[in-house]
Amino acid sequence: MSSLSLAVRDSSTMLRRNLLHARRYPSLTLNLLLTPVMLLLLFVYVFGDVMSAGMGGAGRSQYVAYVVPGILLMTIGSTVIGAAVSVATDMSEGIIARFRTMAIHRSSVLIGHVIGSVLQSIAGVVLVGAVAVAIGFRSTDATVLEWLAAFGLLVLFALALTWIAVGMGMASPNAEAASNSAMPLILLPLISSAFTPIDAMPGWFQPIAQYQPFTPAIETLRGLLLGSGIGNNGWLAVAWSVGLAALGYFWSTSKFRDDQK
Amino acid sequence: MTNLAIAAHGLRKSYGDKTVLDGVDLAVPEGTVFSLLGPNGAGKTTAVKILSTLIGADAGDLRVAGHDLATAPQAVRAAIGVTGQFSAVDGLITGEENMLLMADLHHLSRREGRRVAAGLLERFGLTEAAKKPASTYSGGMKRRLDIAMTLVGDPRIIFLDEPTTGLDPRSRHNMWQIIRELVTGGVTVFLTTQYLEEADELADRIAVLNDGKIAAEGTAEELKRLVPGGHVRLRFTDPAAYRSAASALREAARDDESLTLRIPGDGSQRELRSLLARLDSAGIEADELTVHTPDLDDVFFALTGSDTAPDHQPKETVR
Repeated sequence: MSSLSLAVRDSSTMLRRNLLHARRYPSLTLNLLLTPVMLLLLFVYVFGDVMSAGMGGAGRSQYVAYVVPGILLMTIGSTVIGAAVSVATDMSEGIIARFRTMAIHRSSVLIGHVIGSVLQSIAGVVLVGAVAVAIGFRSTDATVLEWLAAFGLLVLFALALTWIAVGMGMASPNAEAASNSAMPLILLPLISSAFTPIDAMPGWFQPIAQYQPFTPAIETLRGLLLGSGIGNNGWLAVAWSVGLAALGYFWSTSKFRDDQK
Repeated sequence: MTNLAIAAHGLRKSYGDKTVLDGVDLAVPEGTVFSLLGPNGAGKTTAVKILSTLIGADAGDLRVAGHDLATAPQAVRAAIGVTGQFSAVDGLITGEENMLLMADLHHLSRREGRRVAAGLLERFGLTEAAKKPASTYSGGMKRRLDIAMTLVGDPRIIFLDEPTTGLDPRSRHNMWQIIRELVTGGVTVFLTTQYLEEADELADRIAVLNDGKIAAEGTAEELKRLVPGGHVRLRFTDPAAYRSAASALREAARDDESLTLRIPGDGSQRELRSLLARLDSAGIEADELTVHTPDLDDVFFALTGSDTAPDHQPKETVR
């Protein structure tokens, strides 16, 4: 068997294993979806009028449109915490030692985790998106191409954050530590342009919100779904995603090799 | 000489300035059971981890199934099966799913995988529990599942790192039976244990590992001959017979309290015959005659320093 077909075959076996875990124990993923859904409802129904007035908008329904792209990306940030936790749990189990003594593709365990987590993120985005539609979010002006681009961006961003989360999971001694170290992935959207425009923030804070991966991704998604201007944000979002994915990939795989001492 | 399944020459491994394995030589012929025996911390698990490609050695010429560990680890992995000290089952999925996972990773077809998984689950008495999550299994069941998973790929060489530690006596005997069956099928077994009885029961050859070095190597019988302590014991009920025997056998150590005599010796047939001849010619009949050969416990404590010995009384062996 060629090494590529070995990699594909073993990774898909590992993916099946991870999806089986997720199906058997959905509570981890579902719990992680609570945060974005709660924040969505909170910001729309509790703070919605104030927020939209502050942005000079025409009420709650307009704020729904503003906040949903950020919430969708936050959903990804939240679900990949599950990847960090399950990788850390996995690495503390004897089954990993068994995999290492078998003639299988070395990275298939990690690749299985990553693809499984990306699929779960996308499922989470679909679920949270359904809630958004139910409370009045509409993206009627977007073309099919823009929809496809939006989907592609979500997948790419999920891939990037998942590799980072897997690295965090590899670097953590146990599931609890992994969940703590992956916390920034759900906190970063709070200090991005997800809830308020950057120019409405205090001057000293604006760079923090500006120069981080969530803001360009949110602006791009907003532009694709709602027709607002994208500008440089499209390229920035792709660059951030590719960079983070590469960083997380090399971090995770080198950690995986390091354990072999 | 038959082919060697495992050959190690000058195996060394240290962590920082702590030397774990200090020049270990091993030679395990195909189709035999080899037992690495040693106290906790002797380096048994490290040796298994190195030979099963989990960690690298610092030095040594190491070959498993004819492949060099340093240059062809993937070829070694294709030939071996490993059951480590800690359970290597996926607790979140069922026993059957664990087996099918192994079948997939060995690239068996779906049909073949199902057949192999069902066969092994049956063989290890896990058919009834097959649909339950492995995390709900008892210790003995987990071990059985662990070994069953190891056997999916039909490995020619199996590493078992303390396979019976923490098992109750019945499960332990079941495990021994399983290991014997494996060997009948021509598999080579590399077994580590801290139970001397286990090595004695199962192993064709035993190496005693102490402080990172092989302190002794051989069959159980050969090892037992290494240490003194063999003797014949004569017990009497009649004090008069005891006294006349004691005067006839001047070299015997006397125990006047229990009316027993200990005659040192290796327990060989010739020695016994001459002893019996002397007793006959003196007209002495002992009420009980037992031959004590040193057992592996004696060997173990002699070789590894007896200050760490658990409270274990040497047993009398009647032959």
